[in-house]
Amino acid sequence: MTIDVFLRHEFGNFGLDVSFCIERPGITALFGPSGAGKTTIVNAVAGLFRPREGRIAIGDRVLLDTEAGVCVATRLRRIGYVFQEPRLFPHMSVEDNLRFGWRRTKQPAGTAEFAGIVDMLGLAPLLARRTARLSGGEKSRVALARALLSSPGLLLLDEPLAALDGARKAEILPYFERLRDEAKLPMLYVTHSVEEVSRLADHVIVVREGRVAAQGTAFDLVSDLAFSTLAGTPAYGAVLEASISAQQDSGLTALSFDGGTLLIPRIDRPAGTRLRVRLRAEDIMLAREAPGAISANNVLLATVAAVGATANAAVDIQLRCGGTKLVARITRASQERLGIAPGHALYAIVKSVIVDPRSGPPGAD
Amino acid sequence: MLTPAESEALFLSLRVSFVAVFGALPFALAFALLLARRRSAGRALAEGFLHLPLVLPPVVVGYLLLVTFGTRAPLGAWLLAHLGLRFAFDWKGAALASGLITFPFQLRAIGLSLDAIDKGLGQAAETLGAGPFDRFFNVTLPLAAPGIVVGLFTAFAASLGEFGAIITFVSNIPGETQTLPLAIYSALQQPGGEAEAARLCGFSIALALLGIALAEFAGRRARGLIGS
Repeated sequence: MTIDVFLRHEFGNFGLDVSFCIERPGITALFGPSGAGKTTIVNAVAGLFRPREGRIAIGDRVLLDTEAGVCVATRLRRIGYVFQEPRLFPHMSVEDNLRFGWRRTKQPAGTAEFAGIVDMLGLAPLLARRTARLSGGEKSRVALARALLSSPGLLLLDEPLAALDGARKAEILPYFERLRDEAKLPMLYVTHSVEEVSRLADHVIVVREGRVAAQGTAFDLVSDLAFSTLAGTPAYGAVLEASISAQQDSGLTALSFDGGTLLIPRIDRPAGTRLRVRLRAEDIMLAREAPGAISANNVLLATVAAVGATANAAVDIQLRCGGTKLVARITRASQERLGIAPGHALYAIVKSVIVDPRSGPPGAD
Repeated sequence: MLTPAESEALFLSLRVSFVAVFGALPFALAFALLLARRRSAGRALAEGFLHLPLVLPPVVVGYLLLVTFGTRAPLGAWLLAHLGLRFAFDWKGAALASGLITFPFQLRAIGLSLDAIDKGLGQAAETLGAGPFDRFFNVTLPLAAPGIVVGLFTAFAASLGEFGAIITFVSNIPGETQTLPLAIYSALQQPGGEAEAARLCGFSIALALLGIALAEFAGRRARGLIGS
C-alpha cells in the first residue's frame, strides 16, 4: 500500500511545497530542523490542517484532493496520531482512554488484539489508573496504544519523544522498535533527532524550509555526509544492515555486511538473522597502514570518498567500504598529518559497534 | 420554628432561584461555547454586553423587563395571548429577573473552564473517530463540568439575594413574588417589624453560607473527577 502526499500552502513568508510517497510499512522519518514544516505536514495528513492545494491518498483511498474538491473529515480518515504531548483525556481512566478510539472504529480490533497491544506496551497494570497519576513515559505509551487501537491505516508520530528526558526516552525507544518490527503498519515519524532517525527509521525524508530536501533509505542517507550538511547536524555515522554469518568459539559473533565482516560480542540468534548496526563517526579511527598489534577487533579497508566541512577542530571523512558508506570524525590536525584526501585507501579501526535488536527491514523477509 | 409566612418566603426564594439558574444555564452554556477561544474585538464586545446585567443597577434591569415582558408590552402581550405565559406580577417573572441578573456568573465560570480545556484533546478525539457532538458530550462537557457546577452554585447564591429587579418587575406580592429579601424589606416597613426582619436576615445568612460551602464542595468533587 502506498501513501501519496502532495501539499502546497503559503503562510506569510513561509511556503510549504512537498511531495513524497511512502511505499511500504515501517517507519518513515520526517526529519528536519524546527520550523521546517514537519508538523504542518502531518497535521495535513491527519486532516487537522487544510492546505490550499494538495492531494493525499492511502492506497486508492483519496483523503484530500483540492482539485476534485475532496476532503475527508479527520474522524473518518482512520489515521492514528501520537502528538508531541500525550493528550490523554484527564476525565477518563487509562482503559477508557484506550477504548475511546477502539469503540469508534467500524471494524474494531478483537479483544485478543486489544490485549496484545496492551501487553506489547506493558499497560496491563495501569488500566484502572487515572491519567494524572502516570509518569511521562507511561503517558506516552498510553497515547501510542490508544492510537494503535483505533485500527489506523497509517500512524503519525509527531516527535513522540521530544517531551521526555533521556531516561524516559530510553524506556520508550524499545517499544517503538518493537512496533516497527511487528506491526504491519506504515508510520510517519516526525523528529529532529539524528539519533532517533538512525535508530528507528527505515526511510528518511529530509524537510527543510517547507521543501523535501532529500529522501532515501536510512542506510543510504544517514551514512552520507551530504545528509548531515543538509540536516545542519554533525554527522551521526553509519547505519548499515548486516546478517549473522557465524558464531565463533572465542565468544564473538561474526556479522557480514556489504563491505566486510564485523565481530561483536556474542548474540544468540541463528545465522542469517538480519541486524541493524550503527557505527558512530566518533567511534572510527583512521590509519594509513595496517595496524599490527591492536586491541580493536574490527579493522576495515576503506577508500576516502569525500572530506567534509570542518567544524571547530574536527572534520568528517566519508569512507566507502564495499557498497557501504561510513563516516569517521577525526581532528583537522590528524587529517593534515595523514594527508587524507579523496581516493586514498585507509584502514578504518572500529572502536564500537552498536547493534539494534531487529529481524530485518520490513518486506525483506 | 418557621412561621407559615416565613417558610412561604423561604421556599418561594428557593423555587425562584432554582428555576432562575437552571433556566439560564442553557443560555450561559451556549454563549460560553460561542465565545470560547475567540480572540477578537467581537468577543470583547459580546462579553461586555452579556455582562451588562451584572453591572447595571438592578432597578434598571427590572424596568427593562417590565417594558419588554409587561402584559401591555408587545412581547409580554404576545406570550400571554399565544402561550399563556405571564411574567408580570408572577413568580416566574421573579425567576426571569433573577436568572437574567445572575446569568453573567454562570457565563463567566463556564467560559473560564472552557478556555482551560486543552484544544489538543478535541483534536485527539477527532483523530480517534469522534464527530462534533460526540466530542461535545464526551470531552468538552465533562471537562467543563467544574465550571458549570461552580457557576450554578454561585448564580444560585446570588439569585437568593436579588431584590431590585424583582420588586421593580413583579412587585412585592406575598406568596407570589415576595422572596426573602422582599419579605425583609416588608418587615422593616412595618412598625415593630425589626425582630421579624432580623429572623429573616438570619435565614438569609445561613442560606448564603450553605450555598458557598456547597459550591466549594461540588467544585472540588467535579475537579477531582476530571483529574485536575
